[in-house]
Amino acid sequence: MGQTLAQKIISKACSKDYVTPGEIEVAKIDLAMIHDSGGPRRVKPILDHLGVGVWSSKKIVVVSDHYVPEFDSETKAIQKLTRDWVKSNNIQAFYDQMGICHVVVPENGHLKPGMFVVGGDSHSPTGGAFGAYMFGIGATEMAGVLATGEIWIKVPETIKIDWSGQLNEFVTAKDMMLYTCGRLGMDGGKYQAVEYTGSAISSLSMQERMTVSNMTAELGGQAGLIKPDITTKRYLENVGITNIETEFWESDEDADFLDSFSFNANDLVPQIAAPHSPANSRNITEEEKIAVDVAYIGACTGAKMSDLRMAANILKGKELASGVRLLVAPASKKDQNLAKDEGIMKVFEDAGATILPNSCGICAGYGSERLDADVICVSSTARNFQGRMGALSSGVYLGSPYTVAASAITGCITDPRHFIEGKYE
Amino acid sequence: MSNTGLVWCFGNDIDTDILAPGRFMSSKLEVLASHCLEALDPLFASNVKPGDILIAGKNFGVGSSREQAAQALKYLGIKAVIAKSFAGIFYRNAINLGLPVLIGNASDVVQSGNRANLKIETGLLELIEEAKIIKCEPMPKFLLKLIEAGGLVPHLEKRFAKEKIIQ
Repeated sequence: MGQTLAQKIISKACSKDYVTPGEIEVAKIDLAMIHDSGGPRRVKPILDHLGVGVWSSKKIVVVSDHYVPEFDSETKAIQKLTRDWVKSNNIQAFYDQMGICHVVVPENGHLKPGMFVVGGDSHSPTGGAFGAYMFGIGATEMAGVLATGEIWIKVPETIKIDWSGQLNEFVTAKDMMLYTCGRLGMDGGKYQAVEYTGSAISSLSMQERMTVSNMTAELGGQAGLIKPDITTKRYLENVGITNIETEFWESDEDADFLDSFSFNANDLVPQIAAPHSPANSRNITEEEKIAVDVAYIGACTGAKMSDLRMAANILKGKELASGVRLLVAPASKKDQNLAKDEGIMKVFEDAGATILPNSCGICAGYGSERLDADVICVSSTARNFQGRMGALSSGVYLGSPYTVAASAITGCITDPRHFIEGKYE
Repeated sequence: MSNTGLVWCFGNDIDTDILAPGRFMSSKLEVLASHCLEALDPLFASNVKPGDILIAGKNFGVGSSREQAAQALKYLGIKAVIAKSFAGIFYRNAINLGLPVLIGNASDVVQSGNRANLKIETGLLELIEEAKIIKCEPMPKFLLKLIEAGGLVPHLEKRFAKEKIIQ
């Protein structure tokens, strides 16, 4: 019997030739990623209590991205504790306020196909875009990983989601995932591995693939895998990783899948998810004209370089609707610098946007900016749970960066296809 | 392991922002816990009693990896959560913190305020006044052991103690 990509990676992590879905195995960790919220401040007391240190300082990456920038005594104390812990554990890979972990970790070359990785954050499936089996865990479990270098895993079945055809103009990876969440629900992934295949997936840029894998969290999958190919190789070469073997890291032709879903990208139109669930998605044509107060381009899901380019494409030479605030929090410093070089940051500034720090920011409900009572926000982020981004009475509509930008200009939820060259005046 | 208490019922897709709101995440657990589930029931945190059981629909604990979602329930005295299904990370977090989580269709039958007895090992939930028994799926043995140890930390304590003796 052939193996799925997920089985192959887990077999390697368990030093076995084959692992059987449904069995509980103990796997060795290739890399553990932690951030300032669930990381040092939560694992240190447990490791101290156990009287043990970390299993391998070389296999740990620490990213400060949640309580960033520090602004009061609590957040200052969290950042100090993080820095002190990194130093005393001799951890070299530390990215202090450089951006959001899911973007910073791959852009610094820490992820490779075939790796078995845990992250102390629910959007950790993002790493699946590189053909790594990466999933999110909580802080106590992370302390266990840091102490032992291993974790138990129930070998997952794989659910295949195939996207044939090609995306139309102004339709994005984000729309694919909002559509998938709407069709399968937030538990559609059944906490199994999800593998994305098909021509519309392989045509995506690396960062757009990251958006797909990222939102596997909203789909309820444990990991969201895309087999590595030439696009993966090129991205990795750019961040200094060469000699990547991609051929082995794919599902065998005779591998067994729990379920398979087929969608056609040719038919997909921009999607919008109404409050308070990403699965509450529909064609944007059904939701147009809802007035918005805030437009937010942010988060690991929706403020990478590819996302910033999309938003700027719409915003170029345009002004915000009166009374609408556009907030832009580029996902990493590196992407913000790139955007600056391309003139994209100037487009945002000229349009009247407020530029926020490279952090999880409003998406996670952390930081000093939050949505006030009754505010309606259109957002490029992944989650619109009630109260997540601010007041319980606020409401968040999720869409692509194109959709958020288009809505910021008109002042209401707007199909970005109205902005196809020359159409919108 | 057996427990008797009052039942609290909630619906589908109870997310981690409802269980542990982001704006209180930098606060102490007692503060965070006092806002647990307040979006759905503002009186939950002040009225829940040690020994009570939480019963919900599908996909309980969906969302973030923040284990404070499970920790807040445990802090407030909830002895077990029974749901039609759980979001994966919440399920793992609850077990690691020693909070029993059982899969069962109790939410269709049980009402908030019912008195119930739950036997963790067998997954049998008895509604005392109604004289009704609901069968939940027993937890896998591997995970039950972790619960019996009190969670991952006590389990690791034993492991490292053994390793030290061997050395």
